[in-house]
Amino acid sequence: MYHKEKSIQIKNSASALYNNLSVLRIAPRRLTYFTVVHANVVNMVSASWDGLNYSHRQLQSKEPNVATSTSLIMQAAFCVLPSRDLLVVTSQKGIQMYESDGSIMVYWHALDTPETPTEQAVFARGISAVWENYICVGVSSGAILVFDVPSKGSNITLSEVLEEHKESITDMASECSGSQECIANLVTADDEGSLCVWKSGEEFQLLNKIPGFDMSCSSVKLWKGTVVAGYGTGQIRLYEAVTGILHAEVNAHARWIYSLDIAPFSGLLLSAAEDSLVRVWHLTMTPETNSVEVAHLHNECVTDTQICGAKFCDGDGYAFAVTGYDLSEIIRYVQS
Amino acid sequence: MSSRTLPLLFINLGGEMLYILDQRLRAQNIPADKAKKVMNDIITTMFNKKFLEELFKPQELYSKKALRTVFDRLAHASIMRLNQASMDKLYDLMTMAFKYQVLLCPRPKDILLVSFNHMDAIKDFVKDTPSILSQVDETYRQLIEMYTTLSSGEFQLIRQTLLIFFQDMHIRVSIFLKDKVQNSNGRFVLPTSGPVPHGTQVPGLIRMFSCTGEELTRQQFNNGGNYNAALREGSFEIFGDRVTKLGTNMYSVSRPVETHMSGTSKNSAQHTKVNTAPNPLAKEELNLLARLMGGLEVQKPGNTDSGFRVNLFATDEEEEEALISRPDELSYGVINIQATKDQQANAELAKIMGEFTESGDQSPSASSKGDDLLAMMDGL
Repeated sequence: MYHKEKSIQIKNSASALYNNLSVLRIAPRRLTYFTVVHANVVNMVSASWDGLNYSHRQLQSKEPNVATSTSLIMQAAFCVLPSRDLLVVTSQKGIQMYESDGSIMVYWHALDTPETPTEQAVFARGISAVWENYICVGVSSGAILVFDVPSKGSNITLSEVLEEHKESITDMASECSGSQECIANLVTADDEGSLCVWKSGEEFQLLNKIPGFDMSCSSVKLWKGTVVAGYGTGQIRLYEAVTGILHAEVNAHARWIYSLDIAPFSGLLLSAAEDSLVRVWHLTMTPETNSVEVAHLHNECVTDTQICGAKFCDGDGYAFAVTGYDLSEIIRYVQS
Repeated sequence: MSSRTLPLLFINLGGEMLYILDQRLRAQNIPADKAKKVMNDIITTMFNKKFLEELFKPQELYSKKALRTVFDRLAHASIMRLNQASMDKLYDLMTMAFKYQVLLCPRPKDILLVSFNHMDAIKDFVKDTPSILSQVDETYRQLIEMYTTLSSGEFQLIRQTLLIFFQDMHIRVSIFLKDKVQNSNGRFVLPTSGPVPHGTQVPGLIRMFSCTGEELTRQQFNNGGNYNAALREGSFEIFGDRVTKLGTNMYSVSRPVETHMSGTSKNSAQHTKVNTAPNPLAKEELNLLARLMGGLEVQKPGNTDSGFRVNLFATDEEEEEALISRPDELSYGVINIQATKDQQANAELAKIMGEFTESGDQSPSASSKGDDLLAMMDGL
């Protein structure tokens, strides 16, 4: 169904972090950007679609104007809003937002880091753009920071802090089907597996809380009102977002899941885990019976690699890219 | 990242160090009483109360250089001496072994079982010496208190922190190559077969439910591997069957310790320039290091005749050759104190290090960044 294509070399190897690959497709310029985190550096590659041109850039996590301060990065993700695209980088010290090509930092938000380290680690993790002008970022305390993003410029402001989760935020996702009908447009996940479903607005509204089962949910997606959640046990669960009804449960992987992605136009689901496997599934929604079906389509094994990032490169799922711990390349697969 | 990583890193690396030294002491036919003294002295120093107090405080992980300095000190806590080449090799083996264990742990929580395997072996080394035994038991209690209540997500954060520490290390270890757990490119074999972790189901089942919660259909898919059900869970108590073999002693007199330096420089050259130090603020680390080292009391050899040198290589010539041919990018650069801006920390550290450099055979490590400590820290 898929075959391997030429890999893209990156300047450093990928670190073992959840969802450690972000992809931004820029159709007008026939380019795709990829970001991969290595310790305190974000490796950005811009790849032309004809496969001939690659350019690299590295971003460091640091407070502006502070020469020696750096910290480990937890995640880097592209946020696509109607008016602009931003690259958000979260670390132990705070949150940085750049223009999508990484050229200029437009915003810095510092976390409250204590003078001496505490038992509970402090960091930001979990990034999502939310309709229409919000970017949400999770924090290790369980709080979710909601930033209001203007259509241009750097006048980004912290609009709200949502305090519902009790454990560290792991990942979050917004409704990606493009449908305006869905009531819920954000799902957030934490280290005990709890999922919160929100409706965005001047004040975000909590629509539902799906309790966890004491197992970290490391990656989450929201598509056509269905939450797709990947857990440390290797299981994937599909819930109806607003009601919390469990649609399906898949014993998908033999190790901790690190990344999920959905191709919104085709309903393809990508899952990747520490077990070296990337799997492709197909989701079918049947609104009449309010049911969701999951079918397994394909496996790819990245030998001797613990996968940490896997993303589709386009909305149909025609191609996908994969990163692994200690691997200095982005592996690509294309439909045959 | 996780501020609870250092104790696990230290105890597991220390455990591996003891396995290797134990094997080399036997291989070199060091008299039993001297060998026992070395093991006891090192273990006593490792589990020194003041040292452990510092170790268990919430803190970021040290840089590789800082941690290497601590282990250099530890290895010289007794009458045994190691040349630089042997110390380098010892550290290579220790770190690659623990990297292997961390990667192969089925669940992040299993790192605690690996730590208990090391602790169990250490306890066995000192079973005839009650005073040290009580120190070791106290450490078990501290480990249990600190780690058994952590969630799966917090353990995964610890694991991720450790993996950043071990990032890009691909030194080939002879015993791993022979057992086919490591490939010739230095990467470990991750099998897609065997038992799944405790708490995980064998992949393959898709269950779909109705709105009322009834199971509608079951489907199987091909998981692409050859897995079987999880084994029983290991014990997280002071005594018990840990079930996992990771962290147990893989060396014996018939399975010698060797490393290959060639073939690794190609992989590591590309990546060594990046600063991977979690806490590159030189002064901060210096203070932490001073406090930590303050707890490591070095035993001065009462009589230089009782001191002896251990070689991690088969011959002295091999050891000399290894020192000369070690690729630059793999040098650990042990911290030398010459001049720092912080007088107090420098004085304290210099005092401790003074004893160390006096009694050791250490030649200053070849670092192109110069001897100034801060300059060296800046280069991390």
